[in-house]
Amino acid sequence: MNLNNNILVKLENTGIKIDNKWLVKGVSLEVKKGKIVTLIGPNGSGKSTTAKIALGIYKNIEGKVEKFTNKISYVPQKISIDWTLPIRVSDFMLLTENLTKEEINNALKLTGVEHLKANDLRNLSGGEFQRVLIARAIAKKPDLLVLDEPVQGVDFKGELALYELIKEISEKLGCGILLISHDLHVVMSATDHVLCLNGHVCCSGTPQAVVKDSKYKELFGDRASTILSVYEHDHDHTHSPDGTIETKK
Amino acid sequence: MFDDFFIRALFAGLGVALVTGPLGCFVIWRRLSFFAGTLAHSSLLGVTLAFSFDINISFSVLLISSAVALILLRLQKTTKLPSDALLGLLAHSSLAIGLVVIGFLSYIRFDIMGLLFGDILAVNKKDLLVIWVGGAIILLVLKLIWKPLFASTVNYELAEAEGMKPEKINAVFTILMAAIIAISIKMVGILLITGMLIIPAAMARNLANNPKQMIIISIIGGLLAVVLGLYSSLEFNTASGPSIITAALVLFILSMFNIRKFKQLKK
Repeated sequence: MNLNNNILVKLENTGIKIDNKWLVKGVSLEVKKGKIVTLIGPNGSGKSTTAKIALGIYKNIEGKVEKFTNKISYVPQKISIDWTLPIRVSDFMLLTENLTKEEINNALKLTGVEHLKANDLRNLSGGEFQRVLIARAIAKKPDLLVLDEPVQGVDFKGELALYELIKEISEKLGCGILLISHDLHVVMSATDHVLCLNGHVCCSGTPQAVVKDSKYKELFGDRASTILSVYEHDHDHTHSPDGTIETKK
Repeated sequence: MFDDFFIRALFAGLGVALVTGPLGCFVIWRRLSFFAGTLAHSSLLGVTLAFSFDINISFSVLLISSAVALILLRLQKTTKLPSDALLGLLAHSSLAIGLVVIGFLSYIRFDIMGLLFGDILAVNKKDLLVIWVGGAIILLVLKLIWKPLFASTVNYELAEAEGMKPEKINAVFTILMAAIIAISIKMVGILLITGMLIIPAAMARNLANNPKQMIIISIIGGLLAVVLGLYSSLEFNTASGPSIITAALVLFILSMFNIRKFKQLKK
């Protein structure tokens, strides 16, 4: 554990290039204990890629990643389970950590899927599967929790409840969270630091600061700004379809 | 007790089945059946090298299979050919080289049929020792790497993110694959070892509802296939290796009936 500042993971000017095309570049961020950092941005803007860089899934990266903990839980955007592999929810809970029956039950109860414990993973609905993924991630009691669109496919009522749960867990465990989300309402109300990506970091800061940023408005449209307040100023660049910056003349 | 060739054959077969059971499940889960076949094909080269330099067969097969696995990993990174084409390339070229080398070794009489289909009845006490000690080591290593191996089988990125070191674990698993082929080549032969890995595991999938159960059923299926196959080969005077595989196939077919009935009951 890092002695100063409680930093869990730190990215310095990181990026990744595949086949001479940058997936994302120039991203710097740090996740501290007890803080929630959120990545927002349109499809293909490099949110998941940034999360994977932070997790060490990508090896050939530019820049520097420093991790100060090994207790990490990851909720990936997508997991597909092959038919050849029979696996129940209770088996999946034990995937990377040894947990007691009680710990498994508690975590599943928190996300509201305790009754599915003996079900085969492949027979779950999309929303149920997400709840299981979140349950597995928090059951580990991680220092760092990386959530890639954790509530996709979850019903409206459950969505809010799960976000509340995630925030509650982070406060209780004191863990840091790196969150990718499309739900701007939640992002803006519950997070400490927001990074707005579009192949690079367009703008970042507190939610209050980011919604005032013109680049944010440009990416998400006028209505997105009204989430907190409306503020406008001139911006110095636009984006081509592949996310590269075009300076305005 | 081990003076009877049939008892030796039986124990050799049971020893191999104990190991192919769990490894076979991973072969199916990770879609490695063609990979297993490639390693098995390359073992012919290992056998011929063993004869050329007068070294232990299992050792040289392990060496060659591991080398082929490493070459495969290298090729996957450096060329754009799809994996199945690379596997085919390695499988058949190493088999061909093996056969060419045999041609040079005209002073040794090779039992090609024995190499391809195995000769479990010719297993001696030393082979038995290799199978049981080697098998025990493979199972022990498998137990040690179970968690990271299973995690990276379910989802590679999740395993990587949560510190399970899947790349390292995959390398260990590949060596285990080479090792099981090395110790069982004499028994079931080059062409049938893949069947021994896949068929009991496939049967187990039809009956199991969780990973550990599938592994246990796969082991039991393999053991049953060995016993049934050997006794029927004695009864009908058929080749023993193919008889074992045929017995495994019969078990697989029976397991399919079971699954159908089970589904009907559910409805």
